[in-house]
Amino acid sequence: MEDLRRTPLYEVHKRYNGHVVPFAGWEMPVRYTTIIDEHNAVRTKAGLFDVSHMGEIILNGSDAVKFADHLITNNVNKLENCQVCYSPMCNKNGGTVDDLLAYKFSAHKVILVVNASNTDKDYNWVVSQKGNFDVKIENISKETAQLALQGPLAQKILQKLISYDLSKIGFFHFKELTFKNKISAIVSRTGYTGEDGFEIYFTALKAAQMWDEIMEAGKEDGLKPIGLGARDTLRFEAKLMLYGNELTDDITPLEAGLKWAIDFDKDDFIGKAPLLKEKEEGLKRYLVGFEMEEKAIPRHNYKVILDDKEAGFVSSGTYAPFLKKYIGLGYVPYENRKRGNELYIDIRGKLKKAVIVKTPFYRKQYKK
Amino acid sequence: MKFTKTHEWIEKAGENYRAGISNYAQEALSDIIYVESEQIDIEIKKGERLGSLESVKSAEDFYAPVDLRIVKFNDKLEDAAELVNSSAENEGWIVEVKILNESQFNELMDEEEYKKYLETI
Repeated sequence: MEDLRRTPLYEVHKRYNGHVVPFAGWEMPVRYTTIIDEHNAVRTKAGLFDVSHMGEIILNGSDAVKFADHLITNNVNKLENCQVCYSPMCNKNGGTVDDLLAYKFSAHKVILVVNASNTDKDYNWVVSQKGNFDVKIENISKETAQLALQGPLAQKILQKLISYDLSKIGFFHFKELTFKNKISAIVSRTGYTGEDGFEIYFTALKAAQMWDEIMEAGKEDGLKPIGLGARDTLRFEAKLMLYGNELTDDITPLEAGLKWAIDFDKDDFIGKAPLLKEKEEGLKRYLVGFEMEEKAIPRHNYKVILDDKEAGFVSSGTYAPFLKKYIGLGYVPYENRKRGNELYIDIRGKLKKAVIVKTPFYRKQYKK
Repeated sequence: MKFTKTHEWIEKAGENYRAGISNYAQEALSDIIYVESEQIDIEIKKGERLGSLESVKSAEDFYAPVDLRIVKFNDKLEDAAELVNSSAENEGWIVEVKILNESQFNELMDEEEYKKYLETI
């Protein structure tokens, strides 16, 4: 068995009675109490997540932005300094290497925040694409801690620990700040829950101190530690992609409905030609959301059945704790993608009826 | 109350028996959303699937502790499957059954033996 990695907060999770399980090569808390409690705490109050397993790859040099725009489908050049974009990163066939956040610090510095399980794959991929770009590529994942503070009360809680007026940080913007405790951090108004909130990057050496101080600051507002179980159900209700489920090396961002995150007006980027071709010739399959008509939980890789034939697969599905519905995301033939269409899911040998519905299942008004 | 190695319990209740999953099993599953059982009045052999539990994270089968026939479901679970989490070995019973083999029942672990068994896994 491969060695499992631990984030700098492993001991803290034990202290908070986290149920620590293996996840994508890491020992991470899947829950502290129950997934449903934690999920609803984030929707109604606030939750703190250790996401230090995420990867950070830093690009430095005069071509940092140009190189980032060569790697990813979205447009970093168009961002202001201190702005963030979500983007797929494609391979030469238009399939998805990973999906990530690109943080633009300046024309010379960009940080790519990538999925934990893909960090090494991404780093190797990025290095292999360097060519003649004037850029230094560094994987700073190990020395970087990342916490996500999410929920309607996130700003109120975090503000107690920072003098800078956090309301000045807009959605998908960030600021380099020093906390009152003197720890310097990157604070961005981003997240993976469908709620308002922040992601905070800082030195791994201070992870436990920062965690404890944020938990203390949120005590009277009902802040709870949140495990990966609720992280998954929260992102799912908001239809945020999970790499390995909605996106893989063989799935293009067009199929996943991420056209909005592809800038075809850019000169060139890896995967542009096959994606353009796919767009012009028409998609074969498309990601849809569906709701079960009876109690039944569609899960990852269950078959989608149309006219008695296998026609696609479930990418993610669960009982949605806040919406209280049995819902799923899955790939169906493009011509079957319309809302209101019926389909069947093979749930452990039984066909259960579902209907295609509007997504995201859950949508919150973000601060702009 | 008797227990199986697969974490079901069974206990005499009036002229029938009631069966469910152990507290250990509910704690491991967490967030139980609904329960499905096999049909009433069909003979189910010891070790065969008696039903399944769906939690937020996964679906798990549970098994017949002895040869049995289901006579009744716990109707309360229809709208409140979380009873299996909050009271696994009492109000969260899943099925009422007639047992078809008394000696199989006697061979199951008692509470003390089950506790010891849990320490070994």
